[in-house]
Amino acid sequence: MSLAISTPGTDRRWTLRIRNAGFAIGVVICGVVVLAALFGNALIPHDPFTQNLNNRLIPPFWMDGAQAGHLLGTDQLGRDYLARLVYGARISLLIGLMTTIVSGMIGTTLGTLGGYFGGIVDDVVLFLITTRLSIPIVLVALAVVGLLGSSLTLVICTLGFLLWDRFAVVARSTTMQIRNLDYVAAARCAGASTPRLLFKEILPNIASHLAVVATLEIALAILLEATLSFLGLGVPPPLPSWGLMISEGKSYMFFSAWVIMIPGVTLFVFVLGVNFVGDGLRTWLGAERPR
Amino acid sequence: MVRFILRRAALGLLVALTVMTLAFMLTRLSGDLAISIAGPGATQTDVEIIRKAYGLDRPVYVQYASWIGRAAVGDLGTSFFFKDKVSNLILARMPITMTLGLVGLSLALLISIPLGILAAMREGTWIDRAVTVVTMVGQATPSFWLGLIMMITFGLTLGWLPISGTGSWQHFVMPGFVLAMTATPALTRLTRSGMIEAISSDYIRTARAKGLSRASIIFKHALRNAAIPVVSIAAVQLGFMLGGSIVTETVFALHGVGFLAWESIAKNDFPVVQAVVLVLAIIYICLTMLADILNAILDPRIRAA
Repeated sequence: MSLAISTPGTDRRWTLRIRNAGFAIGVVICGVVVLAALFGNALIPHDPFTQNLNNRLIPPFWMDGAQAGHLLGTDQLGRDYLARLVYGARISLLIGLMTTIVSGMIGTTLGTLGGYFGGIVDDVVLFLITTRLSIPIVLVALAVVGLLGSSLTLVICTLGFLLWDRFAVVARSTTMQIRNLDYVAAARCAGASTPRLLFKEILPNIASHLAVVATLEIALAILLEATLSFLGLGVPPPLPSWGLMISEGKSYMFFSAWVIMIPGVTLFVFVLGVNFVGDGLRTWLGAERPR
Repeated sequence: MVRFILRRAALGLLVALTVMTLAFMLTRLSGDLAISIAGPGATQTDVEIIRKAYGLDRPVYVQYASWIGRAAVGDLGTSFFFKDKVSNLILARMPITMTLGLVGLSLALLISIPLGILAAMREGTWIDRAVTVVTMVGQATPSFWLGLIMMITFGLTLGWLPISGTGSWQHFVMPGFVLAMTATPALTRLTRSGMIEAISSDYIRTARAKGLSRASIIFKHALRNAAIPVVSIAAVQLGFMLGGSIVTETVFALHGVGFLAWESIAKNDFPVVQAVVLVLAIIYICLTMLADILNAILDPRIRAA
């Protein structure tokens, strides 16, 4: 405080500027990934699944031995790395969004009911949250996929059923804060039914908090899918998930580190971008940071 | 106080029982276990023999009751692959996982508490913002990938640390750091918000009015109060870390409980899988219970709730 060089005023302006810059960067990153997922594979002349064993492990453009046709080189089976990376964006986006929809529905339902009704209903919801938190996510997700065989749908369902806790916690506490406010009481006095109260009065007013949680969950789901795929029990090959690409490149990483750097940096930058968007959203909506 | 502890223990027991049931259901997901144990080349007679040998011919509720009854006295069954008691297998590997978890937690606290204090003392400045960005970067880094990069950098290029195995303390540096990074963002944010709350409180104003030195205010008064939630969340984070050690142990080939679980999933060794899920859950339940009780001792307001 005494050592601060600049005055509080300029400091605040600086933080705001950095924060806005973070949000803008996040939006740009997410935009690029979405566009790549939608149109990327139509623009790249290579197919992400076609193998060419004569062209294995061609390095990317900034290294010696690169080929003009393969901007980011090829993998251990001679498949174009850029085409696989861009197709991997589809997998990550799909998993992130679908998982969050599933977990958001479960968590919001439980949290809103617990927060609104209180009493025994709330006790049950709290018990479910406590139980869910005590279950090791990665281990159980691996076990489910290992027992039932890997598929995209199964990964989405498993993660969806495991990641609802934060939605429930935030929905519960925010519902509790507003359930006795005047406008809710007014609607109740006007004779609104309980479902109507929940859907028309409660839900729209906690939506901004849930939106912030959703960004965090999208980021978490994408990271977890990559982890599962890396451990061999996520998205089945030959689908190009970023986690799977890192796993497949692992045997070559000591000789050609770019094999794991390219999908890893992409994954990292995308998740960071989603988090930046969430952080900006939190400031913008004035929602408090969920722990 | 005694009532609080009893109620907390009852909740823990109920959660443990639910996890037990879920672990049982989890391994029954694939339908007929005997077929998956026997493998693809097995004949019908082989499957029948296995079904008898593992008691899978009994009705599901009998199997369930026997699993609950035996697990309650510490008998977690026998592994199909290792042909040994599951409890022995887990006990033999627990020291590695525990060491990893404790190294991870210590590193996480060593990184996050100073960062959190720094951010709180410079609240609203670019330093505070930089710390937030650092936590976001930590949150966005896939831990398995961080592990691989550290292996390339410190193991291969610089040659400072061993890449895999458990021979010496050096083997735990990289895995411990990778695991620590999973808890650092949450702990840093918590230290920061706790310190900000403490700094703006009345007793700090009093201390400042008394003319105490800044170091004394920050470390003796503010930190002591901010530390209460951090200590309890640290216990919870240790539980998460032990549960998440499966990733780190697999990347660095540390033969701990997580690695055992990963091997067993690949081999369809379901007694081991359900036992590891249960054991990790129980450790988490005990740690959170300990944290809650500790919190109640330190802060009497919680006891009433």
